[in-house]
Amino acid sequence: MDSQHLNPSSLKSRFTARFLRALIKINAQKPISSSSPREIFQRYRRIKVAADKSMAYSVRSRRTWSRATLWKLRSRSRRRLASSGRRSSIKTRTTTTTTTTTTSTNHRAAIVEKTSHEKENKEDHVGLAVQAEELRELVPGGESMDLCNLLDETAHYIKCLTTQVQVMKKIANLYSLE
Amino acid sequence: MSGRRSRSKQSSVSSITDDQITDLVSKLQHLIPELRRRRFDKVSTSKVLQETCNYIRSLHREVEDLSDRLSQLLASTDSDSDQAAIIRSLLMQ
Repeated sequence: MDSQHLNPSSLKSRFTARFLRALIKINAQKPISSSSPREIFQRYRRIKVAADKSMAYSVRSRRTWSRATLWKLRSRSRRRLASSGRRSSIKTRTTTTTTTTTTSTNHRAAIVEKTSHEKENKEDHVGLAVQAEELRELVPGGESMDLCNLLDETAHYIKCLTTQVQVMKKIANLYSLE
Repeated sequence: MSGRRSRSKQSSVSSITDDQITDLVSKLQHLIPELRRRRFDKVSTSKVLQETCNYIRSLHREVEDLSDRLSQLLASTDSDSDQAAIIRSLLMQ
């Protein structure tokens, strides 16, 4: 049982407030036939996005990973708006996203090149650089970080993810008590 | 880029940040439940990174499962008064 009082400026309380607000909004939007599988899936996606977004917003742009998450979410919603409305601007939007993917692939290629150089130097760092690749794919924005920043960002990312899970669990438990 | 030049630059850079990396890796070790118990054992960097990846993946899965659960729960929740009660109890802790 936590005896912690909710500090209004803590990450946990900022996230909780934001996420709850988003949940209320999502719940208000639900149509009458709210238990069809499609509806449930759409709501699942909206909730998951709201959770990730709420956490990233609570961290603001102080962290590379939160900036990367917000950027990803914004560009995804921009693409969706473009495809639902104006068809003419889709081409320009898709080209922008392809360029960004190429940049990150180039980054990755550069990192792999560096890995082969490091292999000739230090035995220790071989495993590190290769496993860092796996980590880069899991941490938002990880592709463009150097190893030090990656490890630092990972630690913060894990702290935030555990807070996110903790709060979501609490909310789910309270909802299921009814 | 000349191979020799970049190699020497890299070895000097990596020797400077070696301690930093060790510190950062041990910081990660403390965050991962699997490895926290083995605080006094020497856990290899490779193992820490592997467990970190596994832990992040399991956290992602938990978020997905909880989102799924919440979407089902929201479907069955109707009244606003229940919601207000939930919010109040959460924020008052």
